[in-house]
Amino acid sequence: MYLSGTDVGVHGRPRDPAALPRLLLIILALLVLWPGLVLTEFNLATLVDPRNLDIFARFLAGFWPPELSSGFLTLLGKATLETLAMATAGLVLALLLAVPLSLISSHALSVSALARGQPSPVGRMLRYPARLLLIILRSIPEIVWALLFVRAVGLGPTAGVLAIAITYSGMLGKVYAEIYESVDRRPAQALLQAGSSRLAAFCYGILPAAAQELTSYTLYRWECAIRASVIMGFVGAGGLGQMIDLSIRMFAGGEVVTILLTFLVLVLAADQLSNLLRRRLA
Amino acid sequence: MTVRLDGVGLTHPGGFQALHDIDLSINQGERVAIIGPSGAGKTSLLRLLGTGLAPSTGQLHLLGVDPATLKGQALRRLRARIGLIHQSPPLPPRQRVVTAVLAGRLGQWSLLRSLISLCYPLDSAGARAALEPLDLQDKLFARCDQLSGGQLQRVGIARVLYQRADLLLADEPVSAMDPVLADHTLNVLGKVAAERQISLVASLHAVDLALRHFPRIIGLRAGRVLFDLPAERVSQAELDQLYSNDSFNEPVFADPVSAIAAASLEAPRRCT
Repeated sequence: MYLSGTDVGVHGRPRDPAALPRLLLIILALLVLWPGLVLTEFNLATLVDPRNLDIFARFLAGFWPPELSSGFLTLLGKATLETLAMATAGLVLALLLAVPLSLISSHALSVSALARGQPSPVGRMLRYPARLLLIILRSIPEIVWALLFVRAVGLGPTAGVLAIAITYSGMLGKVYAEIYESVDRRPAQALLQAGSSRLAAFCYGILPAAAQELTSYTLYRWECAIRASVIMGFVGAGGLGQMIDLSIRMFAGGEVVTILLTFLVLVLAADQLSNLLRRRLA
Repeated sequence: MTVRLDGVGLTHPGGFQALHDIDLSINQGERVAIIGPSGAGKTSLLRLLGTGLAPSTGQLHLLGVDPATLKGQALRRLRARIGLIHQSPPLPPRQRVVTAVLAGRLGQWSLLRSLISLCYPLDSAGARAALEPLDLQDKLFARCDQLSGGQLQRVGIARVLYQRADLLLADEPVSAMDPVLADHTLNVLGKVAAERQISLVASLHAVDLALRHFPRIIGLRAGRVLFDLPAERVSQAELDQLYSNDSFNEPVFADPVSAIAAASLEAPRRCT
């Protein structure tokens, strides 16, 4: 009588109603993923083929020892600073665009949602263009922007900064808007209901809860911007990328490995900084 | 007249009708308690008075205006004059108490002042003064997630006291407090309302607290006003009728008297 609502199996155990859909989802995921592996001609055997391994080993042997001459290290230091500056400047410019757009496109601050439970059609129509702009900004890869800007403003880090600013504003704006919507909205709604403006309600009601995640995501994007600025160096946007491009062309394996180690240090540093700030904001 | 409702009904988006045809007026300086069983519509009524919900039918007047006719800046000004104490205080866990209390006046402050105060509390003396009657002044710089449920509820009350609203609304303001503290807190609320000659409308689960602290009692049941009486005229019979629950009491109703009481619920009596 007590369990009348549940399906009881043969062994008297109640049957989990979610089990079958979950199993079907797993099978579906496998069916979807399999063609992907076939299309890309993915085959682990080619990787362990002795002939390929030999080529691989000889290629790697050229990388040792790392180049540590003082002349090279001075150049490396300058390029590292340039890369860091490119990533940071690009990210700051991206923030200038991403923060206002995320505030417009997020429906966490909807005043009309107070009374109705969901935003009014007018509000939704106004938010849509902001979302669309964010999509356009991030849909074109930064490398394409960089190629474009290298032609427009000439070789050098400026092209990289602009490319990062445009693409990353799209990514940051989208994720920021989603973070605002994922935190508890009641504090901000209570403030709006007490007559506060939207921006004040955002700062007092949403920011305290979202600050940690916002910082963490921004720093992760900064880390990505460092890597992106390296890649953009290949198309002439300066920094470590241009340096690694030159070293590879000159078959200077030692130089390449020193530059790669520098990347490792940069990413480690970004990770540590992120941890530190997250702990401070917790 | 601070609050007037004429035939107000409220239907939630899901189609559930929370309030039916409510006529009610509350004068300036009046202190009113709303009591009734869970799901009677107490919170819906308070959210309506706090402009958090708009009536589906009928007319609502708050502080002399109909909020449905207001938009933008004018609506914000009206909202800044109404203070609603929420049942579960909507305070961000990582915010400091001083900031949470000062947020009560965001509706009156300029944006610049709000933003500066977020970095450095501009009126910590005012926040302290709002916390003092609630005996929380020593928690001024504590973080909200370090407080207990009862303390948080008092911070929520302090925020609304700091707001200096012209109409005080409270949704179960003392539900997380022990009886002594609840008594004291309701005393503070009543005193503030009396001093400033503003109306206070509170929903309460504890009937004894309602009868002790509020001169006027409104009994709400299934979205309708069952009675609206001065506290001293609320009798046990009215309370029994207000809280009787058909589904729980069915097997207990062996004697004919209570069976009649249960039957009379089909057509609730209206006393105004």
